[in-house]
Amino acid sequence: MVKDTRLSTKLWAAANWTLIGFFIVNLFGMIAAVVTSSFATRWLGTWLPAGWTTRWYSAAWAEFQLHDVLLVTFQIVFLVVAISGLIGVPAAYALARRDFPGKKLVMLLFLLPLLVPPITFGIPLATVLYQTGFAGQMSGVVLANLVPTVPFVILVMIPFIEQIDTKIESAARVFGANTFKLFIHVLLPLLMPGILAALLLVLVRTLAMFELTFLTAGPTSQTLVVALYYAVFAAGVRAVQSIDAMAVIYMITTLIWLIIALRFVNPTQIVARAKK
Amino acid sequence: MSTTDLSSIPLKQRLAARGYDGLTLLCVPAILFLLALFIYPFLYGLVLSFEPKQGGMFANYQRFFSDSFLYGTIGTTLWLALPVTIATLLLAIPIAFRVRLMKNQRLLTTILVIPITLGTVLVAQGLLNYLGPQGWFNRVLITAGIISTPVKLLHNYWGVMLSLVITGFPFTFLLTLSYLSGIDPALEQAGATLGAGPWERFKHILFPLLLPGLAITFCLSFVQAFSVFPSAVLLGAPAGPTRVISIAAYQAAFEEYDYSMASAVAMIMGMVQLAIVVVVLAARGMLYRGPAGGGKG
Repeated sequence: MVKDTRLSTKLWAAANWTLIGFFIVNLFGMIAAVVTSSFATRWLGTWLPAGWTTRWYSAAWAEFQLHDVLLVTFQIVFLVVAISGLIGVPAAYALARRDFPGKKLVMLLFLLPLLVPPITFGIPLATVLYQTGFAGQMSGVVLANLVPTVPFVILVMIPFIEQIDTKIESAARVFGANTFKLFIHVLLPLLMPGILAALLLVLVRTLAMFELTFLTAGPTSQTLVVALYYAVFAAGVRAVQSIDAMAVIYMITTLIWLIIALRFVNPTQIVARAKK
Repeated sequence: MSTTDLSSIPLKQRLAARGYDGLTLLCVPAILFLLALFIYPFLYGLVLSFEPKQGGMFANYQRFFSDSFLYGTIGTTLWLALPVTIATLLLAIPIAFRVRLMKNQRLLTTILVIPITLGTVLVAQGLLNYLGPQGWFNRVLITAGIISTPVKLLHNYWGVMLSLVITGFPFTFLLTLSYLSGIDPALEQAGATLGAGPWERFKHILFPLLLPGLAITFCLSFVQAFSVFPSAVLLGAPAGPTRVISIAAYQAAFEEYDYSMASAVAMIMGMVQLAIVVVVLAARGMLYRGPAGGGKG
């Protein structure tokens, strides 16, 4: 772009960077406060805690039954990832390759669950799931979480599939591959990066999805984020440090997957794709 | 087919010609799934909201709009969601303009995505530590001599407001940045060649082209902020100043077990969101919507 050396431009740039810096400093300050507190023996009215300990982690592990919670969380998350992949990828393939009357309506159907906030559709959904007996157990939580993730997989996968040349598929057909063989030997390897990216993002989304899980989970089907909410909600009963230790465990589980996901996708591209 | 009579062509081929064949059927499971778990619950909720526990068809809605404890939640939520949306947009626009010029945006965008990933619950817990009277934020301000007593930022309006800005900003920023990247730099360069300064280029070229995208961004951010729930409970004063509409819906459903009333509140929540979105999109319809992508448009 055009180089501008006027003072006002430089001042404006400096102001912008200050703004970015201020946001990032506060963000990391907030995260660091949680981490510091989780290792603190006693932290009242000082800059740093009086001493350091790791006992809050074992305390949190026992107090909040984190072993069970983590097990449930990963069962739910992996079920959601697997099912949304199984339903979403074929649907995305159909939508990327075929044009048919009513396609716009179908696309709208897939766009709505991503645009309507979870708490708005979550309450009627939870009502239906409670009346059919799904809610309160793991299957209900999985079903509720699939509502935004299936469309998410579809919308992320469509551009990925569209960029694969149809001639490759025709060639495979000429050599006698049936649809199943075509899918396993040709499409799947080509689509793998896209599928992986979409499913990793679904994983991160589901780990962090509070509202839908909160509305449909029973005592034995809570995920980590819902357990964390209840712990913060009932703060005062337990030491702040052990809640913070749990928060750190949650943070680590989520961030690991985010970092892995970001190796495959650029966040700006995802948003740019989703808006189409 | 020797004859041109349409009916003699097998149905399968006629359908295939319009785009319906075996492959199209692959999207049927997804459609059925969403009809069953998204559209049906919505319609079910709508019908249920007209079948109150007692009273006539509109009893739930009458109750909502006659009880200030209930209808007041609309105002409370708007009073949170609108300032938050405007604040995140005002933050996001200059930062997106800055980041657009950077060569390596990846690290910054990654840092900015972190709050989305952490989610509202963790941000709430973090802010309880960070913004508290003994937290680092107040300590820094006191040490710097800006304030003499700690600012009260928790369990009131500001706590919810700040947490919404933190969790909402990354999304607004990424959307704005992607819209901005869609504007051809040649347009701005042409302006510069003709002698327009940075402010004039922004005012006359970039901002008008960005405005339709900003309208969409506004809608999406607003809808997210309007459905605030965990942070309003954990960081706000859920009984008073931050009793948002989702708390009213939740209490009706899971504390009073009045699913009919809860559905009515959820429908009202959806209607308010829809109303704001329609207003913004109608205003957007009056804006310039020509090509801005250079070549692609």
